[in-house]
Amino acid sequence: MNVHVATGGYAERALSIIDDLKHLEGPMLPILHAIQHEFGFVPEEVKPVLARELNLSRAEVHGVVTFYHDFRDAPAGRHVLKICRAEACQAMGAERVVDQARQLLGIDFHQTTLDGAVTLEPVFCLGLCACAPAAMLDSEVYGRVDEHSLTELVAEARR
Amino acid sequence: MSLIHEIDYGTPASRLEAQVTVTIDGREITVPEGTSVMRASMEAGIQVPKLCATDMVDAFGSCRLCLVEIEGRAGTPASCTTPVMPGMVVHTQTGRLKDIRKGMMELYISDHPLDCLTCAANGDCELQDMAGAVGLRDVRYGYEGDNHVQARTNGEINVQWMPKDESNPYFTYDPSKCIVCSRCVRACEEVQGTFALTIEGRGFDSRVSAGMHENFLESECVSCGACVQACPTATLTEKSVIAIGQPEHSAVTTCAYCGVGCSFKAEMRGEELVRMVPWKDGQANRGHSCVKGRFAYGYASHKDRILNPMVREKITDPWREVTWDEAFAHVASEFKRLQYQYGRDSIGGITSSRCTNEETFLVQKLIRAGFGNNNVDTCARVCHSPTGYGLGQAFGTSAGTQNFDSVEHSDVVVVIGANPTDGHPVFGSRLKKRLRQGAKLIVIDPRRIDLVKTPHVEAAYHLPLKPGTNVAVMTALAHVIVTEGIFDEAFIRERCDWSEFEDWAAFVAEPQHSPEETEIFTGVPAELVRGAARLFATGGNGAIYYGLGVTEHSQGSTTVMAIANLAMATGNIGRPGVGVNPLRGQNNVQGSCDMGSFPHELPGYRHVSDDATRDTFEKLWGVTISNEPGLRIPNMLDAAVEGTFKGIYIQGEDILQSDPDTKHVSAGLAAMECVVVHDLFLNETANYAHVFLPGSTFLEKDGTFTNAERRINRVRKVMSPKNGYADWEVTQKLAQAMGLNWTYTHPSQVMDEIAATTPSFAGVSYDYLEKMGSVQWPCNEKFPVGSPIMHVDGFVRGKGKFIRTEYVATDERTGPRFPLLLTTGRILSQYNVGAQTRRTENVVWHDEDLLEIHPHDAEQRGIKDGDWIKLASRSGDTTLRALITDRVAPGVVYTTFHHPDTQANVITTDFSDWATNCPEYKVTAVQVSPSNGPTEWQQDYEELARRSRRIAGKLEAAE
Repeated sequence: MNVHVATGGYAERALSIIDDLKHLEGPMLPILHAIQHEFGFVPEEVKPVLARELNLSRAEVHGVVTFYHDFRDAPAGRHVLKICRAEACQAMGAERVVDQARQLLGIDFHQTTLDGAVTLEPVFCLGLCACAPAAMLDSEVYGRVDEHSLTELVAEARR
Repeated sequence: MSLIHEIDYGTPASRLEAQVTVTIDGREITVPEGTSVMRASMEAGIQVPKLCATDMVDAFGSCRLCLVEIEGRAGTPASCTTPVMPGMVVHTQTGRLKDIRKGMMELYISDHPLDCLTCAANGDCELQDMAGAVGLRDVRYGYEGDNHVQARTNGEINVQWMPKDESNPYFTYDPSKCIVCSRCVRACEEVQGTFALTIEGRGFDSRVSAGMHENFLESECVSCGACVQACPTATLTEKSVIAIGQPEHSAVTTCAYCGVGCSFKAEMRGEELVRMVPWKDGQANRGHSCVKGRFAYGYASHKDRILNPMVREKITDPWREVTWDEAFAHVASEFKRLQYQYGRDSIGGITSSRCTNEETFLVQKLIRAGFGNNNVDTCARVCHSPTGYGLGQAFGTSAGTQNFDSVEHSDVVVVIGANPTDGHPVFGSRLKKRLRQGAKLIVIDPRRIDLVKTPHVEAAYHLPLKPGTNVAVMTALAHVIVTEGIFDEAFIRERCDWSEFEDWAAFVAEPQHSPEETEIFTGVPAELVRGAARLFATGGNGAIYYGLGVTEHSQGSTTVMAIANLAMATGNIGRPGVGVNPLRGQNNVQGSCDMGSFPHELPGYRHVSDDATRDTFEKLWGVTISNEPGLRIPNMLDAAVEGTFKGIYIQGEDILQSDPDTKHVSAGLAAMECVVVHDLFLNETANYAHVFLPGSTFLEKDGTFTNAERRINRVRKVMSPKNGYADWEVTQKLAQAMGLNWTYTHPSQVMDEIAATTPSFAGVSYDYLEKMGSVQWPCNEKFPVGSPIMHVDGFVRGKGKFIRTEYVATDERTGPRFPLLLTTGRILSQYNVGAQTRRTENVVWHDEDLLEIHPHDAEQRGIKDGDWIKLASRSGDTTLRALITDRVAPGVVYTTFHHPDTQANVITTDFSDWATNCPEYKVTAVQVSPSNGPTEWQQDYEELARRSRRIAGKLEAAE
C-alpha cells in the first residue's frame, strides 16, 4: 500500500473529491476510498463535510467509517503488515507468528514503527486457510508463514 | 389506578388488506398479509422472546432471541423478519429453540453488569425479563474475559469501558449496560428522523455513538426521547427515573405545549411525576414526542411558581399575600366599582389558549353573563385569527381540514411560514418520514429552515421570499396554475362556484401577477415559482401546511384565502393526503377559538348578532347577552389609554411579552385600575397587575384540549393543584363572588353545557371521550364518530368560494434609517415567551435570543459572530447578540422571542391584519448596529420588573 501522505487542508481537498464522485449511486464508499487514497487515512474533519455534501448525519458517516477497519483514523507507515488471526491460522500457529512480528518490529498491533516504515495490523481471514498461517504485506499475500519467511517479510518492509 | 402497560407487538402493523391465517403453537390466528410471525404470535397472545424488536421501528433481526421453527422450513428463522404465509404452522417453543435462546442470553449476560438490584431499570428491563423468560440459570463463560462492564480488569485499565454520558439534562447514556440492539439508533432514524445515533465499530467493538463519538449534548441529538423509550435496558434512562425510581401508576393526558397535542402517559409515584412517556395510541403523535412534552415539565414545580393569591393597591407597591376569599372579594368589588363608575363596558377579559376548553368557556361565560358585555378576546388574536377569518370565508369553517395521519398520504407538501421541526416537532418528524418515502417538499419561507435541507430530506423548491410578500407569491403560483391550464376543472365545477372561479382566474391571470413581474419585489426567481406551481398542481396529493409566517402580517387573512384558493384550484380538498392545515402554536388555540373567545363570536363561531344563538345561551344562563361585538385586545388597550377601559381579567396569557408594540401594551395596562392576572408565574404582564391569582398546571386539572387537527383530547389530573384550585375552580369562585350562581363540581359538566349549546360539539362528552380516546369535531348526529377530514362531500358553506387576493405592500417599509427586515420565530427547545421552558433544563440548548444576520449585512456593519448589537425599529430598540449565518437572505434578520430581557416585541410595530387585527410580527424594518450594553428601555424595564415582583415579608422573587 504505497500511499503518499499529505497534510493539512483536508476538508477543502476532500470537497473536490466528493464533488467528483457524488453523482455515483451509493457514493459514500467510493468517496471514502478516494479520500483514504489521497490522505492515507480518513481525517476526522472530513466526516462532517461528507455528511453535509451527501445530506447525511455526522453519525451515519462516522458509523460507516468505523465499521471498516481498513479506513484508518491516522496515517499508516510506509508499509502495512497484516497477520491473519482467524480460526484456521490460529490453529496452525498464527499466534507464534504474531509474537515474532511484535518482537522483530518492537510494536504491537495498530502501531507503527518509530521510523515510520511499518504498521502492524491483525486481519480476520485472507481466504488462504489452506495455506495457514497467512499474512499480507501491503497488497501481496503470503501463505505458510514461518519464522524464516516472516523475518524476510519484515526485512523487506523495513527497507 | 395502576400503571398503563402497552402491548409491544414487536413489529409495526401491516397496512395490507388481504388476510392470512396461520397456526402458532396450535392457535389459529388471522392477520393482515405482511404481518411478522412475531406480531401474529403476540396477537394470538403468545409472546416470543425478543430484544432488538419493538413495534415503534421496523424489524431488524439482530438479537437472535425470537427464533421460531416453521413446519416445512429448514432452520430457525427470526420471527420478527419472517412474514406470515397462508397455512404456516409455527412453533415458538421447542427444545432446540430453548437451547439457542438460553445460549444467546448467556452471551449477552456475560458482558453485562450484574447490578440489577441497584439498577435504575430494575422492574422495567427487557433484558431482565428475557433472562427470566428463557430460564437462564448460569453463565458458563464467566465474567472475567474481555468486557465493556468494568472500568478496570485485573487492575489494568479496560480500554473497552466507557464512562456514563450525563451531558443531556434529561437522560443518561451508560455504555456499560448496552447490548447493541440498535433500537435507539433505529428510533432516532425511523421515528424522529434526526439520524443522530449510529453504531460505531464492528463485532465486539460495536457500540452506540451519538454523532461522531460525541457526547449527547454536543451531537446532532434533539433530545426527543425516542431512543430512551426504545432502549430495553438501563443504557438510556431518564434522570428522573434514576432519581425517583419506577412509577407505580399512570394516566393518559395531553401535552400542554404546541398545537400538535401529543398524548402522553404521565407516570407517577404518588403525586410525584416520574416521567412523561408518549402514548402509542395517541392519534396525533402515534407514540412520538419532542424535548418539550417529554421532558420539559419541571416548571410545574419550579420555585418561581406563585402559590398564594396576592393583592396590591398600586403597581409600585410590593405584593401582599391574601387568602383566596379575600382575593375573590377584592376583585369582585373592584370590578363592580369600575362598572358602576365607568360603565358596563369598562371591564373585560382575555381567555387563554394554554388552558382547557372548559376553562376558556367559563371565562367567556363570566364576561358575557357576569360582566354583561362581549369584551372577551384571546391570544389567538395575535396568531391564528386570520386563519379563522380566511378559512371561514373560503370553506365555511375556521379550522384545518385534515388529521395529522393525512400526511402519510401526501405526495407534495407545501410548508409556508412554518418551521415544523422546531415549532411542531412531532408533526415535523411525521412529515420527514413521509418525505423520506419520496414525497416532494416545497418550502416558502424567507429563512432556510431545517426542512430545506436536513439529513435524508431536501426540499424540491425553496422560495426565499422577502418578508411581507406572501400574497404576491401565492398569487403568482395561482397565475402559473391558471395560465398553464393545470387546474382541476372537474373538482372546481363540482365543488366550487364556477363564476367566482372564473372571476378569480381572470384576476390571477393578469400579467402583473406573473412570477416574472412579482420577482422584482418578492425576490423569488420566477423559474422557482413556476416549477413549484407545476409540481404542486400535477404532483399528486398536494397538502399545504402553514404557520404564523402566513398569518402574522398585515395581509394575513388574504394569504390564508390565497392558500384556500390554491387548494381548491388544484382539487386538493376533501380526502386523505391533501388539505389546508394551519399549524397551531398553542396546545388549545383551536379550542379557545371554538369556545367563543372572540368578542364577536359565541361558542362554535356563531356571531353575537345571531338571535337564535344568543337565545340558546340567554335561556340557559338567564341573562341578556349584548348583540354588539365587544373590544379586541388592541381596542381594550386603546380604550384604556383613552380612559374608558379600566379593568381586565387575564387568564394564562402574557400580553406584555407576546403582544406587539410592548410600549403601547404597558401604557394601556398602566392606565387601568384593576388588572387581574391569573397565571403560574409573576409574568411580565403581572408587573402591571393589582391582583395575582395563582394558576394550576395541566397536570393538576381535568379538562380537554383541542389540537390543530380539531382533535378533542382529554387532560387528566394526576396531582392536586399546588396553588389549591384548578383554574376552572378559580374562575367559578370569581363568578360566584360576582353574584353568579355557578355550581360546577367537575369540568365534565362544563363540557356537557358546551355540547348542549354548540352544534359542532353536540356529540362530545367525557364518557364518549373515554370510549373513543379522542374525537375530532364536528362530532354530532351527522358525524357521530367525529370528522378526521372535513369537506369530504362538499364544503361546509356549500360551494367553495374563490376570493381575489390583491397584494398590498405593508405600510412597514425599509428605508435609509431602517434598511433591514426583521422577522421572528421560535426554536425547538423553547416555547413562546418561555415562561415555562425557561424554567426547565431546556435552557442548556437556548439560553438567550440571538439575532441571525447574513454575513454580508454583518460585515457592512462591522459585526462579528457573538457581538452585542443594538436592534432598532421605528417603535423601539433592544440589544442582543448576533449570530452570523446564511440561513437568512441579505437584507433579512431573524430572532426568537423566548426571553423577556430581549423583548423582541419592543421592536415590532402595531401594524396588523386588515381583517382581524392580528399583529404584523413577521415584518419590521430595523437597523442593526454594534452595541456595548443594554438599551435604556431594557435597563428601565429590568428595574421595574424587579420592583414589581417584591412580595411583602419575603425575599425578592428571583427571576
